[in-house]
Amino acid sequence: MDISLFYFLLLGFAILMYVVLDGFDLGIGILYPWFASDEEHDHLMRSVAHVWDGNETWLVFGGVILFGAFPAAYALLLSSLYLPIMLMLIGLIFRGVAFEYRFKSHSSRIWWSRAFSLGSTLAACCQGLMLGALVQGLPADAVAGHSLALFTPFSLFTALAVPAGYALLGCTYLVMKSRGAIQHKAAQRGRPLVWLVMAAMAVVSLLTLLQSEQIMQRWLGGWHALALLPLPLLAIVAARLLYRDLGRVRKSHHQAIAVTEKHEDRPFWLAVSLFVLAFAGLVVSLFPDLLPGQLSYQNAVAPAASLWFMLPGVLIFVPLILAYTIWGYRIFAGKVEDFEQGY
Amino acid sequence: MELDSAQLSAVLSRIQFAFTVSFHIIFPSITIGLATLIALWEGLWLRTGNPVYLQLAKFWIKPFAITFGMGVVSGIVLSYEFGTNFSKFSEITGAVLGPLMAYEVLTAFFLEAGFLGVMLFGWQRVSAKLHYFATCTVAVGTWISAFWIIAANSWMQTPTGHRIVDGKFEVVSWFEVIFNPSMPYRLSHMLLATLLTATFVVMATSAWYLLKQQHQAFARKGLSLTLWLALVLAPLQAVVGDFHGLNVKEHQPIKLAAMEGIWPARESNVPLLLFAWPDQKAEKNHFEVAVPGLASLILTHQWDGELTGLKSVPASDRPNVPLVFFSFRVMVGLGVLMIGVAMLGLLLRWRGTLYQSRWFLRICSVLAPSGVIAVLAGWYVVEVGRQPWLVQGLVRTMDVVSPLPAERVMLSLSLFVLTYSLLFGVYLYFFRKLIKKGPPALDELQQLQIGVKASGYAVSFNKALAEPGQSNGQGA
Repeated sequence: MDISLFYFLLLGFAILMYVVLDGFDLGIGILYPWFASDEEHDHLMRSVAHVWDGNETWLVFGGVILFGAFPAAYALLLSSLYLPIMLMLIGLIFRGVAFEYRFKSHSSRIWWSRAFSLGSTLAACCQGLMLGALVQGLPADAVAGHSLALFTPFSLFTALAVPAGYALLGCTYLVMKSRGAIQHKAAQRGRPLVWLVMAAMAVVSLLTLLQSEQIMQRWLGGWHALALLPLPLLAIVAARLLYRDLGRVRKSHHQAIAVTEKHEDRPFWLAVSLFVLAFAGLVVSLFPDLLPGQLSYQNAVAPAASLWFMLPGVLIFVPLILAYTIWGYRIFAGKVEDFEQGY
Repeated sequence: MELDSAQLSAVLSRIQFAFTVSFHIIFPSITIGLATLIALWEGLWLRTGNPVYLQLAKFWIKPFAITFGMGVVSGIVLSYEFGTNFSKFSEITGAVLGPLMAYEVLTAFFLEAGFLGVMLFGWQRVSAKLHYFATCTVAVGTWISAFWIIAANSWMQTPTGHRIVDGKFEVVSWFEVIFNPSMPYRLSHMLLATLLTATFVVMATSAWYLLKQQHQAFARKGLSLTLWLALVLAPLQAVVGDFHGLNVKEHQPIKLAAMEGIWPARESNVPLLLFAWPDQKAEKNHFEVAVPGLASLILTHQWDGELTGLKSVPASDRPNVPLVFFSFRVMVGLGVLMIGVAMLGLLLRWRGTLYQSRWFLRICSVLAPSGVIAVLAGWYVVEVGRQPWLVQGLVRTMDVVSPLPAERVMLSLSLFVLTYSLLFGVYLYFFRKLIKKGPPALDELQQLQIGVKASGYAVSFNKALAEPGQSNGQGA
C-alpha cells in the first residue's frame, strides 16, 4: 500500500475515534438540560469524568496527523474554517474545565452545569457546521472572504444533525452506565433521536450525492453500487435494532421485565456502528479529497522523510494506546453508582 | 506606525498566539513538576508506610487535577492555532514540526490522559502498586511531552538537519532536527524550571500553614522536603542557565545582545548591566548600573572578551530590546532569590529554628508564583528574543501569518481574553479554596489504606450489593 494512503486512512481512523468517543461525552453534555436534579447531573458528569480527557486527545491526534502528514491541507483547512474552529475550542474549554470545577463548587454549581451543557452543545454544533461546509466544498476565498460564507442552509442543517447524533450516542452510553430512572429516561429520549438521526443521515446522504457527478457515479453507477449497498442497509438494520433495544429498556421499568446486561450494552454499540457506517459512507463519497473539490490527499502529502519517520511511532504506539485505553475503560466498567466519589 | 488591514490582522494573530501560549505555559510548568513530586510522595509512602506522605500525595493531587485540566483545554487551542493563524508557517514547516508533535501526542498525551483517570479516580479500584504505577506514568508522560515540544521549539531557534525545497522545509536528518544545538540546554533548563515552580508552590503553601499554625506535621514535611529540593535545584538551574546563555551567544548573538543590552556592533570588556533603560531609537541605554567587564567574563570567560551587539544587524532584524532585557532580569532576579531562600532555609535548619522563624515563613509563602513568573519571563526572552524570525534566520514571522480579515481575528482574540481572564480568576479561586480546606485527615486516609489493600474485595462487595437491583430493573 502507498504510504500516503496509509496516512489518509489513519487520519480517517483518528477522526472516527474522536467522533465516537468524544461524541458520547459531548452527547452527555447535550442531554444535560433534559435531566433536572442535581443528583442526575452528578451522575451524568461522573459517567464521563474519567474518560473525557482521553477522548479529546483523539481530536489533537487527528490535528497533528493532518499537520505532519498533510501540512498543506492542515494549513488550508484550519485557516478556512477559522470561526467554527475557534468557537469549538471555546466550547471545549468551558465544558472541559466544568468537570473539575463543578464537583468542587457550591454556589456556582449551576454555572458550571451551564458551562458544561452549553460548551458541549456549541462544540458539537461547530463540528456539524464544519462537516456541512466541507461536504459542500469550501468557498475559494474562505480565508480572506466574508466571515459568514460558511453558514449555508446545508451547513446549518448539519450543525443541528451532528449534535443530535452525539445526543443519541450519549443516551445509549447512559443506558449502559445507569440504572433506574436515569436509564429509563435515557432510553425514552433515545428512541425519537434514532428517527431524527436516520432522517438527518438520509438528507445528508442525498445532498452529498447531488454534490457532484463523480459522487453520484460512485454510489449509483455500475457494480460499485452493489458493493456499497451494505452501507445503507446495515445502517437501517442497526437503527431498527437500536430502536427495539431502547424500547425494551424503557418498558422494563414499567412492567418489571428483566433486562439483561446485553440489552443494556448493545444500544451503545449499535449507535457506534451507525456512526461508523455513516463515516464510511462519507469517506467513500469524498475520497481522495481532504478538502472536497480543492485538495486531494496526494497533493497535500508531506515529503516521504516525514511519513517514514512517523510510521514506527504510529505502528508501535497506536496499538499500545488502544490497549491501555481499553484497560482504563475496563477498570471503570459497570454502573456509575458503583464508583467511589471523586478523588 | 500606520498599519494596513493585512498587517493589523497579522499583529492580532501574533497577539492572540502570544496570549494563548502564555496562558497555557502557566499550567504545564506547574503540573510537570507537581506530577513528579506526587509520584515521589506516593513512592515514599509505599516504601516507608508513613501516612504523611500519602497525605501529601492525596492533598496535592487536587490542585494538580485542576491545573492539569486547565493545561489540557488551553493546550488543544495551540495545536490548532498553528493552522488557523499561521497557515503559511504550518504549510512550509509542517513536514518538520508536524511529526514531532505527532510523536508528542502518541508518546505523551495519550499516556497522560489514559493513566490520569486511574490516578485521580482509581484509588479504590486498583491495587496500591498499580496506582503508583499510574501516577509515575502520568509524571513520565509530562516529561516526554516536554521533550518533544522543546525539540520542536528549539529547532525553530537553532534549525539544523533540514533542507529547503521549493520554499518548504524537508528533513534530511531527524537526529539533527531533534537534537539540534540548543535543544539539550533548553530541555534541561525547562525541566528544572518546572520542578522549581512546583517546589515553590508546595513550599509556599506549607509555609502558609505553619504561619496559620494548621496541619503542622503535614506542613513541616512539605516545607522541609521542598527546601532540600530547592537547595539542589536552584543552584543547578543557575549553572544550566549559564550554559544555555553560552549556547545563545554562539547561535543567536542578537538575542544575547538584547538580553544584555549590548548596542555596539562589537564590544570588548562588556559590563554586566544590573539595571538600564534600553532606548531603541537612540540605540543606547539610559541609567546604566553596571559591573565593568563582568558580562565578558561570564560569557567569554575573559575580562576583555568580545561580544556581538545589536548594531551589527539592521534595526529591522532586532527584537524588541526592552522586553527581552527586562524579562531576562526578572527571570535571573527570581532565580537568585530562590537560591537565597534555599540557603537561608539551610541556615535556619542548622540552627533548629526553621519552623519558628515567622519572617522566613512569610518570605516563603509569598514566593508561590515565583516559579511561574520566572518561567513566563524566560519564555519571553526565548520567543521575543528570536523575533523578527519565526525560524531563526530563515522564516520571518510577519511573512507567514494567515491572510485573515482583521475583524475575524479580533473576534477570536476578544473571546480568548474574556474566557481566559474568567477562567484564570476561577482557577485561582478554586486553588485557594483547596488550600484553605487543607489535607485530608489522617484517620480518613487510614480507612482508605484498608480500602486500597482490599480493593478487589471492595469492588466485588459493591457489585454484590448492586446485583439484585440490576436484575429487577429499579425493583428493590
